[in-house]
Amino acid sequence: MTQRAVNDFTIRVATVNGSGSQSSNLAITNAILRLGVPVAPKNVFPSNIEGLPTWFDIRVTAKGYQCRTRDVDVLVALNATTWQSDVVGVKPGGVVLHEAAFPVGGETLRDDITYYPVPFAQLAKERFADKGDLRKYLMNMIYVGALAYLLEIPAETIEEGLRAQFRTKAAAVELNMQAVRVGLDYAREHCEKRDPYRLEPMTGKIEGSLFMDGNRAAALGCVMGGCTVAAWYPITPSSSLCEYFIQYCEKHRVEKQTGERKFAILQAEDELAAAGIVFGAGWAGARAMTSTSGPGISLMAEYAGYGYFAEVPGVIFDVQRAGPSTGLPTRTMQGDVAFAYNLSHGDTKHIVLLPATVQEAYEFAMEAFELADRFQTPVFVLSDLDLGMNSWLSPPLPYPEKPFDRGKVLTAEDLNRVPSWGRYRDVDKDGIPYRTLPGTKHSSAGFFTRGTGHDEEARYSELPEVWKRNLDRLVRKHETARTAVPAPVVTGKGQRIAILAYGTTHHAVREALDRLREADLKVDYLRVRALPLSPEIATFIQRHDRVYVVEQNRDGQLYGILRTELPTHLVQRLESIRHYNGVPIDAHAIIDPVLEAERAPAVVAE
Amino acid sequence: MTVNLLGLTREVYKGMPTTLCAGCGHNSITNHLVKALYDYGVEPHKLAKMSGIGCSSKTPAYFVEQAHGFNGLHGRMPSAATGAKVANRELLVLGISGDGDTASIGLGQYCHMIRRNVDLTYLIENNGCYGLTKGQFSATADVGSTQKGGKVNEYATIDVCGLAIELGATYVARSFSGDGKQLVPLLQGAFSHRGTAILDIISPCVTFNDHQGSTKSYSYVKDHDVVLHTADYIAGGREIAVDYEPGSVRDVELEDGSHVLLRKLDVDYDPTDSLVALRTIHEATDRGEFVTGLLYVDTKAQDLCEREKLPRGPLIALEEEALRIDRDDWEALMQSVRP
Repeated sequence: MTQRAVNDFTIRVATVNGSGSQSSNLAITNAILRLGVPVAPKNVFPSNIEGLPTWFDIRVTAKGYQCRTRDVDVLVALNATTWQSDVVGVKPGGVVLHEAAFPVGGETLRDDITYYPVPFAQLAKERFADKGDLRKYLMNMIYVGALAYLLEIPAETIEEGLRAQFRTKAAAVELNMQAVRVGLDYAREHCEKRDPYRLEPMTGKIEGSLFMDGNRAAALGCVMGGCTVAAWYPITPSSSLCEYFIQYCEKHRVEKQTGERKFAILQAEDELAAAGIVFGAGWAGARAMTSTSGPGISLMAEYAGYGYFAEVPGVIFDVQRAGPSTGLPTRTMQGDVAFAYNLSHGDTKHIVLLPATVQEAYEFAMEAFELADRFQTPVFVLSDLDLGMNSWLSPPLPYPEKPFDRGKVLTAEDLNRVPSWGRYRDVDKDGIPYRTLPGTKHSSAGFFTRGTGHDEEARYSELPEVWKRNLDRLVRKHETARTAVPAPVVTGKGQRIAILAYGTTHHAVREALDRLREADLKVDYLRVRALPLSPEIATFIQRHDRVYVVEQNRDGQLYGILRTELPTHLVQRLESIRHYNGVPIDAHAIIDPVLEAERAPAVVAE
Repeated sequence: MTVNLLGLTREVYKGMPTTLCAGCGHNSITNHLVKALYDYGVEPHKLAKMSGIGCSSKTPAYFVEQAHGFNGLHGRMPSAATGAKVANRELLVLGISGDGDTASIGLGQYCHMIRRNVDLTYLIENNGCYGLTKGQFSATADVGSTQKGGKVNEYATIDVCGLAIELGATYVARSFSGDGKQLVPLLQGAFSHRGTAILDIISPCVTFNDHQGSTKSYSYVKDHDVVLHTADYIAGGREIAVDYEPGSVRDVELEDGSHVLLRKLDVDYDPTDSLVALRTIHEATDRGEFVTGLLYVDTKAQDLCEREKLPRGPLIALEEEALRIDRDDWEALMQSVRP
């Protein structure tokens, strides 16, 4: 046997979609977490209800890396269709725990990996013949048992995990444990351990952490951020965000005595209607949001421009998936950054927040409503499938202490105090005007909100100077936002080269920075957290010879924005690294090109 | 000085001067609206004027200048109106649309607004053509109707009232911009009605659709308007002081206790029977005519805000304490998502 590989490897479970492997994948994940070992699960699933291949990768990582890794160390092979390519993908030295009925030969016969055949189907048939529809789930639990034996997970730990998973359903725990024991016993008798991978309990890594998906965190941010109106059209991977929001509102915002509901959640007929509901509600004062993905924001473009120009608050969550077009609906991408930033025709620029973690999904959701109200404009929160739908270890989400800031809203009393007001006057010279809400009982409160050209008093105007003055004020407002949005996060200093990234790419960068350091290359790092670009970004680039801009899209979308907005001498320092195959970026996608460029003989002149 | 029940003069209900063509049916509708809003006693600050894009959608600028207006996107006003209404139930939401805005680009939102029974009044200023882009047919143009240059419409017409009834609309009326006597009470009834009130108002376009061969010209409309009944609006709590022969008037009591009295003409029309309404519309269309009056009303259906059990006041009045999960529940929630 080679060296022991403890708490640092990746398990890939290859199954067929709809075959009921979700609870068994969760059982393994929960058990590993119960040992105190950090995990990063990545569900790579098809756009299909039943029948297409699906992979669940559980990265076990003592260092707590939350990004995907391209290495597969332990394969659980349960899908005959992908059996061959799954085996080919296993790292040399790895392990294949597989359905014994799958033929080993040709390409699937490798001498550098260890095979553990288990007759899962036959065992399930023998032991659970009377269990009807449950049998497929129980068959999956058999692999949990076999894996537990191979990785040395105590049966009690699996059971504890199942108890947490099934909560009050004691019978379900017992039945599943029977299946787990079938696997354990079979493996103990037939699979003599011949590989290095094992788990050992740890402390000090995940205590106090949460384990949750970004869509749930964003939904909680909507609740705590005072969102009262949500309009949505179901779309993968964003649907669960609104579904969580519904769930939490129904639990926490319904008056027990009267049944009164302090929220309006409407499933719209399409995404443009959802946006219309949001801006109608925002105009009438409510904090409103919609959540969608790429195809949805394509439809919302027209109302996004209206919101920008008529200056109406609204929050749009875009849980990005792989595009263009319908693309890969169940795969991830940072593909809408450039589009969302300028969404709509004419000169349009939006505030865009770029959360990287579960905690930021929560905090930026709250922040989005604050910014939308303060800046009277649409605010986009660009999450992605990886953050939204996968589960992540996260610090606890802090309880908000700040009251809501509704921005510059004039009440009837305010209007009594001021000699006059105009909806689009730049009184404070920050580009942000004052507004009134419909329902304000004052004879001068009303104004006509329009997407057509208008002057400071909200009157229709086609005058060239009025039009230009308004567009220039909107630029001033955008400039004010530059220092009001979440500032970038910088790690390391004094190095000559740096990485710049945003969103979930962050997790691959974290690992890449460690590995580059191990390869004697020290690199600084700046994480962009919002658009418009903070002034600190230019300063950071100024301090480095080369800055690698890493992102998960083909065209280098943030790189493009940087090129447009930065002075030429800084643009020359930027190098673009792009990852766009639909699965989340891994550290090698960063390490390899950086090392290649930095070790090239012709280095940049001093 | 004459004032309404709120003590406001008629001037308060007026707006900016119109920028539409002289003689446009829409201007007549604006005048009838001013009268209806004044007579009804709508509080200006509670009125939310919503519109889409097109000639019709400019008209919210021409009445109740004090009120808030939202001139949104082409065909997408219903969604914004829905958002505004759920955000503040106290608003009287008045949507003004046209035939292109409703029946072509906005057909989807029109249908879904009706499905949801959003409590608002929705006017279609229907002239069968696109005025602002110089007279192209809209989807409400009748088969066989001609454009100014002679082009004949061969595509099926969309009857916005029939469609509304089919979709479960709860107040559907058709009228004519030239018939203020009928329109004003129907508008007031719409303000009182709790739910989506659709008013399809045939409103000739003097510039592009008022010629021989058009079925939306003043002369055609006058000749083919089959008036089902004249209407009177009696505000809630007021005595019905109108004299009428027993059996000659149908009394529709609305949700707020107000009444629309429909005075029978040739036929005894029952506006609570949707099948009768649909048959009446179809038969009139077959004869090249159109029926005006309160075509259908249902005062029993729940509106969106009732169904969603929304608070009475504006949602912005809900503060942190009402909206945030309390600290104990938050701790329990955090506990529940620990591994």
